[in-house]
Amino acid sequence: MFAIAARRFTLVALLATGLCGCGNPEPATTGAPAGMRRLTEEQYRNSIADIFGPDVKVSGRFEPILRPQHGLVAAGTSQISVSPAGFEQYYTMANTVAAQAMDEAHRATMMTCAPGPEADACVTAFFKRVGLVILRRPLTDAEATAYAAAANESAKTAGDFYAGVALSLGTMLASPQFIFEIDRTERGPDGVVRLDAYAKASRLSFFLTNSTPDQALLDAAARGDLHEAKGLAKQVDRLLASSRLETSVRAFFTDMFGLDATAELVKDPVIYPSFVRAVKEDMPEQTLRTITQHVLLDDGDYRDLFTTRRTFMTRPLGVIYGVPIAQASGWVPYEFSRDGSRAGLLTMMNFLALNSHDGRSSPTLRGKALRELVLCQPVPIPPGNVDFSLVQDTKNKELKTARDRVTAHRAEPTCAGCHKIMDPIGLGMETFDGVGSFRDAENGISIDTSGDLDGVKFSNAVELGKAVHDNPATAACLVNRMYEFAERRPALSGEKAWLDNLTRIFAADGYRVRALMRRIAVSEAFYKVQPEPNTVEGKR
Amino acid sequence: MKSLPRRNALRGLLGGGAVTVALPLLDCFLNGNGTALAAGAPIPVRFGTWFWGLGVTPGRWKPTKGGTDYDILPELKPIEPFKKKITVFSGFDVMLDGKPNFPHQTGGPGFRTGIAPPTLAYPGVSFDTMIADAIGTRSRFRSLELSAIADSANSLSGRGAGQMNPSETSALSFYARVFGPDFKDPNGADFAPDPAIMARKSVLSAITDQRKDLEKQLGTGDRARLDQYFTSLRQLESQFAMQLQKPEPLLACKPVGAPGELEVGHEVEKVAQNHEMMARILAMAMACNQTRVFNMHINNSASSLTRRGTTTSHHQLTHDEQIDEKLGYQPMATEFIKDLMQQWGTFVRILDEIREGDRTLLDNTLVVAHSDTDFAKVHTIQNLPVMFAGAAGGRVKTGFHLDGKGDPVTRIALTAMQAVGADAERFGSGSMETKKPITELFA
Repeated sequence: MFAIAARRFTLVALLATGLCGCGNPEPATTGAPAGMRRLTEEQYRNSIADIFGPDVKVSGRFEPILRPQHGLVAAGTSQISVSPAGFEQYYTMANTVAAQAMDEAHRATMMTCAPGPEADACVTAFFKRVGLVILRRPLTDAEATAYAAAANESAKTAGDFYAGVALSLGTMLASPQFIFEIDRTERGPDGVVRLDAYAKASRLSFFLTNSTPDQALLDAAARGDLHEAKGLAKQVDRLLASSRLETSVRAFFTDMFGLDATAELVKDPVIYPSFVRAVKEDMPEQTLRTITQHVLLDDGDYRDLFTTRRTFMTRPLGVIYGVPIAQASGWVPYEFSRDGSRAGLLTMMNFLALNSHDGRSSPTLRGKALRELVLCQPVPIPPGNVDFSLVQDTKNKELKTARDRVTAHRAEPTCAGCHKIMDPIGLGMETFDGVGSFRDAENGISIDTSGDLDGVKFSNAVELGKAVHDNPATAACLVNRMYEFAERRPALSGEKAWLDNLTRIFAADGYRVRALMRRIAVSEAFYKVQPEPNTVEGKR
Repeated sequence: MKSLPRRNALRGLLGGGAVTVALPLLDCFLNGNGTALAAGAPIPVRFGTWFWGLGVTPGRWKPTKGGTDYDILPELKPIEPFKKKITVFSGFDVMLDGKPNFPHQTGGPGFRTGIAPPTLAYPGVSFDTMIADAIGTRSRFRSLELSAIADSANSLSGRGAGQMNPSETSALSFYARVFGPDFKDPNGADFAPDPAIMARKSVLSAITDQRKDLEKQLGTGDRARLDQYFTSLRQLESQFAMQLQKPEPLLACKPVGAPGELEVGHEVEKVAQNHEMMARILAMAMACNQTRVFNMHINNSASSLTRRGTTTSHHQLTHDEQIDEKLGYQPMATEFIKDLMQQWGTFVRILDEIREGDRTLLDNTLVVAHSDTDFAKVHTIQNLPVMFAGAAGGRVKTGFHLDGKGDPVTRIALTAMQAVGADAERFGSGSMETKKPITELFA
């Protein structure tokens, strides 16, 4: 009797959560103050391509966004600004883009204005139109007039009408309003401070497409649809169905698993001669193809990424994996054998090679990555004054394998506390060397990959993957990371109850990533702002 | 690239804007003692930092004798030819005031900002940026940051609000930034302000006009970040302003050709090669007054340096390598320190090879070299290895070994700031706050 009632309650809760605008079934959240987030390199490039067309080149160096401790790079965007060297680059890129947009090949698609008596009004109208898509909100008449005036003035200095428009357009692209996504707030009909419709559109668009809002979304914002549950859901479903979603899903997993570090990964060419440029380039793509195939095309259970035997190969990768690939170029679907040594992301070379040293594997780094990136369990920073000489007697011929060495490591009490949460699980992946090739022995001694993850025993990396699949932290971590990615800031304590609830819903949804993204995108929590008296200027 | 027809067209546009220097530049442009141009503009003082990660080996670097007659131990051997132009500091500490010593992340930021970081975030404003604000406003770039090892996040120069000055890691891109199409040769035969730059400069104000409206949207923390954006914008404005003025002729400015492309990575030989290429471009950038301030990082704090064919990185070695009982030190780790000090010697030599009147570029510069730790094996931040090279245009005495006897390391930073002309009365916080520069170094 009780059980049935409970199940019915779950069903009702599920239906109510996010699916209809009636009532407020979500646990309340506090929201964060209105913020300012710098566009990531990819968001900047995607925005330029969406606005000006894919053939307009963006050439320049983006200053790095520092990854906050235990956080996503996406969250780092809400903590940084632009350095002088960085601004120099932004300014050059902006002008290069603007000059291309105004060159003979492109200008007709952007603007029909020509020098002459009608030019002023025409250019003002152009800036109003292009301002909406570049700055992601309507420009006031005064703003558009100011851009047109600047164009006019610099046309005189430069001696060319189009060069003048390009320079003014360049300042729009170098403006903080383009480089950053700046939250604008207003008071809703109930007097409560909220994001205005265009700020909502931007937040939604960067989350689901990793780019600037498209015309349909800007139109929906103009109509006020995004303030209504039905109108919002319609836009969310449209974006979730678009091919753009993959761009965002790739950006998310790249960030969550730290795949961005692959670009700067180096391996010793003498020890790992097979680690050539093509391998390095294909490595993250293999991970991302495996992920997008599974979570988007197959709409699979997120946790199965740690057990799936299905992946994709190229010929250069085949060399590392020890599998011959007949096709000379491009990608082919590949399935690891049922009784083989590999299944899931932890046994693929991207994870293994990234979390190794330049010249050897590292059970500690792999264990740390598994804890921090996959399970969201931060490992404390080692103390500064550890003297490793107590445990690293290299004359001891007994310490032939990594297990021998790190076990000695863990004998030191100040180290043991943290290393016992990293090393035993990292040792489960020791049959893979520093680039991820399979081996069954080190220095002639066969490798022991047995261990346990939070009490669940495993005897090899494939079983470790199964243990990760079954660990409750795995799903909870994904939910927290996805929310952090969506908000581009870390979750706040006032959002814990909401996230716990979301994790339960994620399970009920069958651990579907697309469903999770929808839950967030239609939620009130996602758009909530905490009022700060000095930031609210009332309705614009 | 500069195309002549376009330039001619522009000159026509500007009417009488062209300025012509007919005479070749000879030493007659300098005053009698070679410290100033005859026109009266003094040869500027330059400042820079040179960072290396993972410190030194106890007993193999720090001189045992104080004063001018200091002894050179094996790891300091490469600076021997420049001993008279280098001052070695020992016994100056980073102080924690109860905060944790984050391995490899406390010493560097602690020295640069005078604040022991309470978290892993960069804790404040580094003194090199304060110097840049004081002496870097009359060159094209206020400062230039470089990392010879392939690590784009490798920087110890920050302006607060979480913002680091990013380092250039490619010698070729660095060259293009300084000596690319926008470079105006100070010794060029003629000079005409570039209308394109004039136009660029004037439209920048359109962005500044948005500031007030934007500030209203933001909370305090974000307002500081917006401030940083506008500081950066103003620096670009003054960069344009510099390019619109006819540059003072500079004898030592003889731009070299672009370097070749080099895939760098972590290998010590490649990093050294990259460092040397960067050092040459940087020295010429200073001789040509493109910058007066720099921050060079040869490797990173937890050094990723490797040696081809070996399994263990520099960082791993400092922790894992056994101290050889007979030798009394870690034989493989010390090799990396020797390589780094070799490059430090190379850097000093490259600056010293450029003559400016009767002095050298090195003499007109103050370089502060430092590491993030003393003995990397146990991450000590007391006795931080620091050196001065160059005489800041004769403002500091050189060629000493100075023992700080446990004084805060901020005294060295304050000395550097005051020596090159930054308006600083005190520096650092907590136990590291100091008002006492090392006065015996002032000439």
